[in-house]
Amino acid sequence: MGSRTETLTLNMGPQHPSTHGVLRLILELEGEVILGATPVIGYLHTGFEKEMEHRTYHQNIVFPARIEYLATFIEETAYVLAVEKLLGIAPPPRAQAARVILSELSRIASHLVWLGTSAIDLQVTSVFIYCMQDREEILDILEMVSGQRMMHGFLRIGGMQWDLPEGFEARVRRLMDRLPSRIDEYDRLLTDNLIWRKRTEGIAVLSPDDALRYGCTGPILRGSGVPYDVRKAFPYSGYEQYEFDVPLGKHGDAFDRYLIRLEEMRQSRRIILQALDRLPDGPWITDDRKVALPPRAELVRSMEAVIHQFKLVSEGLHPPVGEVYAAVESPRGEKGYYIVSDGSNRPARVRVRAPSFNNLQALPVMLYHGYVADCVVAIASIDIVLGDVDR
Amino acid sequence: MSRAADRASLVARRLGEADVMIEEFRGEVTAVVPAERILEALRVLRDAPEGTPVLTDLTALDRYPAEPRFEVVYLLTWYAPPARLRVKARLSGGAPTIASATSLWPAANWLEREVYDMFGIRFEGHPNLTRILMPDDWEGHPLRKDFPLTEEPVQFIGHVPKTPSTIIPKAPPRG
Repeated sequence: MGSRTETLTLNMGPQHPSTHGVLRLILELEGEVILGATPVIGYLHTGFEKEMEHRTYHQNIVFPARIEYLATFIEETAYVLAVEKLLGIAPPPRAQAARVILSELSRIASHLVWLGTSAIDLQVTSVFIYCMQDREEILDILEMVSGQRMMHGFLRIGGMQWDLPEGFEARVRRLMDRLPSRIDEYDRLLTDNLIWRKRTEGIAVLSPDDALRYGCTGPILRGSGVPYDVRKAFPYSGYEQYEFDVPLGKHGDAFDRYLIRLEEMRQSRRIILQALDRLPDGPWITDDRKVALPPRAELVRSMEAVIHQFKLVSEGLHPPVGEVYAAVESPRGEKGYYIVSDGSNRPARVRVRAPSFNNLQALPVMLYHGYVADCVVAIASIDIVLGDVDR
Repeated sequence: MSRAADRASLVARRLGEADVMIEEFRGEVTAVVPAERILEALRVLRDAPEGTPVLTDLTALDRYPAEPRFEVVYLLTWYAPPARLRVKARLSGGAPTIASATSLWPAANWLEREVYDMFGIRFEGHPNLTRILMPDDWEGHPLRKDFPLTEEPVQFIGHVPKTPSTIIPKAPPRG
């Protein structure tokens, strides 16, 4: 008589420490082997896209960092770039270089959070503490620049709110001097750690074909060996002037993604040093009075400046009718803003192309025929931000 | 001619010049195709001789009260050499329905569910067209323009959901 086996349905999350937010997975198990996984999302949906349709272009600057709260300056850059493209303006060189420095600092901070939380998922508690400590130093610098650790609201359409503060360069350089030894330490702690390797090598494998078909981007895609980086393919903020490598993986597993993120931190440091070396002097925001507020000194002298100020504050700017898509390379992949303008002072539609959303969609493929215990590794290796998935 | 414009003219050649409208704004090329032939247009692009593009994004927008009201927007990206093309289809307001792109790209699965959830556009041939971000029992489609932006009602006595202050009222386009 043949025996009949039934699969077991296991509910994981939404309140589960390894889901990095509120992600629910419905796992279909045969013993310990995963036969199917259905991610259930939306627990963090806050309606940012709807909200942004009801605010002026300038008011919307505060939203991106709240959608994705780990790489805040990269998010702000993405939104501001889209509006600038819509208006057909370019920020002055100093603002562009400063955005690159701040973006890359954010990238390092985000990867540090990823490394720390992934390590803690695999019971390597010390790495978590070290990473958070380093990240805090970066957040201190970002606070020095913008006055806020995370929700900066610092970039402006056409530039930045104010200039980089005094002592910024020295402080970033000090951190950059220390960073390589810190990254090497994580490298030593984890890369040759037998447990770390056994838990990540050959786990959550995604083939290049699947990565492309599911629209994965970022370290997931590059881990599978596809060389696509928005900074190289569609350069913005002057990324084409900087020399940096795009690290690639071979096996598409969690270990390759880990190696890529470590290397990306080193590459970010390279970019920051280059940008600091050639940080130009000059204005930090465009002098187009239809876009940016006139400086205080001008207000007491010029009636025209007062009118511009009044129009910008009471109404906001009016981009031409049209639609644009601007994308940046966030630590999680391609982050894009698709903005449709109807010519009024508010966007008709703001669409946030979230990398985590697409990356998470490929999770069932990575989990298929894996073990339940590796599910935690797979989720960690995608580096999802649920705020970004649910928006 | 840019690579994107090249791809757009490929669609125009295959579907007939009369049916396809090509727009360009700020260097971004959009090909507007008839909604009933969207799958045909997407298939032409997916099997383009220059390589298979990635479905980077699939979304919609609502032009209410104009007609045709909805636009479904597909953003295709070729990674090497880099090129981006936007493909659009317009749908009228009654019962907006369009063919699903899930057979071409599995990435369309969740993206189409999100569009259905937010705009109420149905995708024919989708394997599992259910809500994805909003709760299953939610009524209405939040990103439609006639869906108001208000507080969620809570069960307190005397609580009236109010519209969040907009501070700056909407100003019409400048002439």
